[in-house]
Amino acid sequence: MTDITDERAAIRAGRHRAPRRPARVALHVFMIGLALVWLVPLFGAVYAAVRPYEETSKKGFFSLPDTLTLQNFRDAFTQGQMRHYFWNTLLILIPALVLTLLLSAMVAFVVSRYSWRFNLFLLVLFTAGNLLPQQVIIQPLFQMYRRIHVPGFMSSSGNLLNSYLGLIIIHVAFQTGFCTFVLSNYMKTIPKELGEAASVDGAGVARQFFQIVLPLCRPALAALATLEFTWIYNDFFWAVVLVTQGAKRPITSSIANLGGQFFSNDNLIAAGSLIIALPTLAVYLALQKQFISGLTLGANKG
Amino acid sequence: MAGVPALIHIVFVWIPTLATIFLSFTKWDGIRPVTQAQGVGFKNFWDISHTFKNDFFQALINNGVLLVFLFVGPTLLGMLLAYQLDKGLRGARIYQSIFYFPVVLSLAVVGFIWKSVMYSPGQGLVNTLLGRTGQGHQIDWIGDQSFLIHIGSNWGVSRNYLAILVAIAWRHAGYIMVLYLAGLKSVDPTLREAASIDGCSEWQSFRSVVFPTMKPINIVVLVITVIEALRAFDIVFALKKPRHTEQLSILVTNNLLGEGGGNVGRGSAYGVILLLLCLGFIVWYVVTRFREEL
Repeated sequence: MTDITDERAAIRAGRHRAPRRPARVALHVFMIGLALVWLVPLFGAVYAAVRPYEETSKKGFFSLPDTLTLQNFRDAFTQGQMRHYFWNTLLILIPALVLTLLLSAMVAFVVSRYSWRFNLFLLVLFTAGNLLPQQVIIQPLFQMYRRIHVPGFMSSSGNLLNSYLGLIIIHVAFQTGFCTFVLSNYMKTIPKELGEAASVDGAGVARQFFQIVLPLCRPALAALATLEFTWIYNDFFWAVVLVTQGAKRPITSSIANLGGQFFSNDNLIAAGSLIIALPTLAVYLALQKQFISGLTLGANKG
Repeated sequence: MAGVPALIHIVFVWIPTLATIFLSFTKWDGIRPVTQAQGVGFKNFWDISHTFKNDFFQALINNGVLLVFLFVGPTLLGMLLAYQLDKGLRGARIYQSIFYFPVVLSLAVVGFIWKSVMYSPGQGLVNTLLGRTGQGHQIDWIGDQSFLIHIGSNWGVSRNYLAILVAIAWRHAGYIMVLYLAGLKSVDPTLREAASIDGCSEWQSFRSVVFPTMKPINIVVLVITVIEALRAFDIVFALKKPRHTEQLSILVTNNLLGEGGGNVGRGSAYGVILLLLCLGFIVWYVVTRFREEL
């Protein structure tokens, strides 16, 4: 077994020293060129954001800056009431993330440990549900939300519309599918004997779950957490439709206000967009490996 | 343990799915109790394809154009990038990070960045490069709703929609690239080696050896692309729904929010059309995924 993998590694490594040099150089030129093109919108946004609108509108975009300033960022942050919207995001994102991971880990645990006929049905249902376009369900969901009454301390509107709770619920309901799928595949690779040994030693199901299986799933959970963080943070559709009162919206959907408030000040809009993009970009830069492995776990079976 | 999450999922995802189908055959304003919804048969569907055909067919065209575009643009590019990066290119990590970063941005944010930085008529990068920033020469990329390609007398592919597609591609290519990179890792390198020893050209070995072995990923990419093309919403909505950029998802919500609100039956009928368009792909995906266990 090791011989084969060594051989494969050698072959892979061998390709590093591929002899066709001109082709390699051409490939690098192509890649560098394309990578630069890919960075243009981002750096363009930064360059626009650090300059006053009066200056770029007069001198044009390709000009040396007279003034470099963070004023656009300050203005976007205060005029866009971003502190408030970031707070809304936090109140939705954290419970949604924790609940999604916990609940899907529980389902995955059950599905991977105990074989019921029900298991497959559950996984199929979750996977299919996760693929449905959200707009298919939005009309009845909106009417349901309007009619589900919740106590005032959970939602000031008295029902699930315009409430953090409503957004948390729909994130959990939708995202559990993907996470369960990934986690159940991951848990299947954990030997069953571990659980059996623990139960012989007198550990109950809850203990097996929390103290044996969950810690072993840490890599998968970390990968899913980074991925779900960006997905929930970036949600636009649920927030725009289920929260009709602008003040209760999370940060990403508050971008819809940007256009109206800052009308033609493109530099201010660029600064606002960058502020909103910052958390996910930071998570991506810091946890790139988890990020990509999360996607890969979801795309590959097992 | 599995009961609570399953219940949440069923109540908030699958029951509304069934309810959409039911409601699409009714007339209901959403305010009175649902028991007062009147059955109207296929009237909502008839209305959509006759009275509202301008919007409906434009949306269908746009979703279709998006789908085709995603395949020939970002999907092929993503596949190409993955194939090249998998060769163990020096700096592959860095290239990968750069091509992937737009994926972590919300499409709404992508829309605003492109609108304000790339497509701004007076000072945007694109017009600056084209020398079209002067008064009277400006190209209004997001505002120009005229058709570049006409389909029939009322429909077509508008210029502003094409501009939006470019922004979508910027985000989508990296996503596809990462999926294919994962797929390529599972291709046995000795296969390619054997192909090259047998005298296959690079293109031949890709087409006849690498591509077929990536079949599972191809299916994932195909299904994801179809679903993404159908559920696309954020960028068009965030840019305030410019005319001729209608999508099915936008029509669903138009019958929920704002002026056209309160038309649950028609909105649900649009939802059912979306459901019908994606159902086959979802079933296909689930069957291939779980075939061994069935």
